Amino acid sequence: MNHILAITKKELKDYFNSPLAYIFISIFLVAAGWLFWRNFFLYGQASMRYYFALLPWLFLFLIPALTMKLWAEEKKLKTQEVLFTWPINDYEAVLGKFLAGVIFLLIALLLSLSIPISISQLGELDWGIIIASYLGSLLLGAVFLAIGLFISSLTDNQIISFIVSVALCFAVFIISEDIVLYVLPGFLVNFFQYLGLGYHFASINRGVLDSRDLLYYFSVIFIFIYLNIRQIESRKWK
Amino acid sequence: MIRAEHLTKNFGSFKALDDISFEINRGEIVGLLGPNGAGKTTTLRILTSYIFPTLGQVKYDNLDIVEDSLAIRKKIGFLPENNPLYEEMKVKEYLSYAGEMHDIPKDKLNEAVKNVIEICGLKEKQNQEISKLSKGYCQRVGLAQALIHDPEILILDEPTEGLDPNQRIEIRDLIKKIGAQKTVILSSHVLSEVDATCNRVLIINQGKIVASGSPEELKAQSAKQTKINLKAEGPVDSMVEAIKKLDGVERILNAKSEGNIVSLEIETDATKELRKPLVQLLLDNNWQLLEITKQEKSLEDIFVNLTNPTKY
Repeated sequence: MNHILAITKKELKDYFNSPLAYIFISIFLVAAGWLFWRNFFLYGQASMRYYFALLPWLFLFLIPALTMKLWAEEKKLKTQEVLFTWPINDYEAVLGKFLAGVIFLLIALLLSLSIPISISQLGELDWGIIIASYLGSLLLGAVFLAIGLFISSLTDNQIISFIVSVALCFAVFIISEDIVLYVLPGFLVNFFQYLGLGYHFASINRGVLDSRDLLYYFSVIFIFIYLNIRQIESRKWK
Repeated sequence: MIRAEHLTKNFGSFKALDDISFEINRGEIVGLLGPNGAGKTTTLRILTSYIFPTLGQVKYDNLDIVEDSLAIRKKIGFLPENNPLYEEMKVKEYLSYAGEMHDIPKDKLNEAVKNVIEICGLKEKQNQEISKLSKGYCQRVGLAQALIHDPEILILDEPTEGLDPNQRIEIRDLIKKIGAQKTVILSSHVLSEVDATCNRVLIINQGKIVASGSPEELKAQSAKQTKINLKAEGPVDSMVEAIKKLDGVERILNAKSEGNIVSLEIETDATKELRKPLVQLLLDNNWQLLEITKQEKSLEDIFVNLTNPTKY
């Protein structure tokens, strides 16, 4: 546990010692604010439904930017050779990096709480839905983080890491959308709907915390973390 | 203390190590010598359990490199090839990160960091970002990282690579100082390096150990042969042919001709004096002698000999 936390701390420091953290948070807050207030004045409702519907598209580009360097840079600079000759387990390094991403995302999401707080002054806000949606966003972000982190472990090139992560996150999100389901044969529709991130995100955004959705989120995160650990271990293959 | 048995490592169809075995005793400073690509880094990576061998095993006393990887890594301080560092960190910050990874308890961490900063002479640089340091200081940071947990064994992959001569001497002295209480394994492709620091040398070439022993032993072994450098005027092919037939000539290491002038390096049996017959041979054939010198073989020659046998 100490190793995991030490790695998390180191990665968070790296974020905040570089312009990346501030650029990320600024773009996130400005874009999120713009997404929200545009619809707010259009519909005149004290609701964040449209905002949360658009948030995944923002995450799609911002989160791979957070994860792209996490392994790719260690590979490029060969620092992973130092890291893995220290007496730590491979999984500790993977979890430490993942946790750093989650904490960073949590900070960004907490800062964006300014939006619901200010509209709660203007009208009656359903805080239950807001909290569920924030939780949903965090889980969605965590899935993207797990995917991005895994992709980063496959390459030493940050640009490739970014682009492939965006593509894979997009694919996982889109497969449950109508546009994909429409062209699928009937018996596959339910299956793809369950596999798609968009489907589960929409369901949490209605304010329903269903154990099936939570199970889905945690399984996807688990799968990509597991793949990541296996990828790190692959250096030891005989 | 460390016993490597029949190590083989394949990367795809490429055989990086081919059935090598060696033993390293407590307190030794062992140099792994070989040209680039000989398998030095692969050997050290296996010793640190960064990668596992395809075949064979490594034991540290009773610990096995595959089964007890964590326990072994606790005993080892490692400086990888090209000394990779987290450059955006500050020296002190990096060393305490390394300390945390080695499970040094919180209350002893500061002292451990202070200690290695002292040993490696990093005091004035401790609050600087690593990316701003010169190469020599980076090397010290790498060494400090390897020493943070006071390991029994120090493994250094080309520790003086890329340094200027002064920095080389500094790092070499530092290694000697540290090596007094530890077992040290270092690799290098620079002979003088190994000659100066190690009490035993393993020469590796193409994944095999081709010679081992103390630097003195290796030199004595090859004192059986001497080298004669010869410069003369004449046709190169017939001169080489004629010299090869002389009794006591073992082989011709190098033959160059520039216009009419031929330069030869001839390896000969040290028990025979060959300068006279050589001069006689040249006279008989009417070839003009320009230069002839006899040379004792240096460690350099042994190395070249073992790792790059010429086909003459």
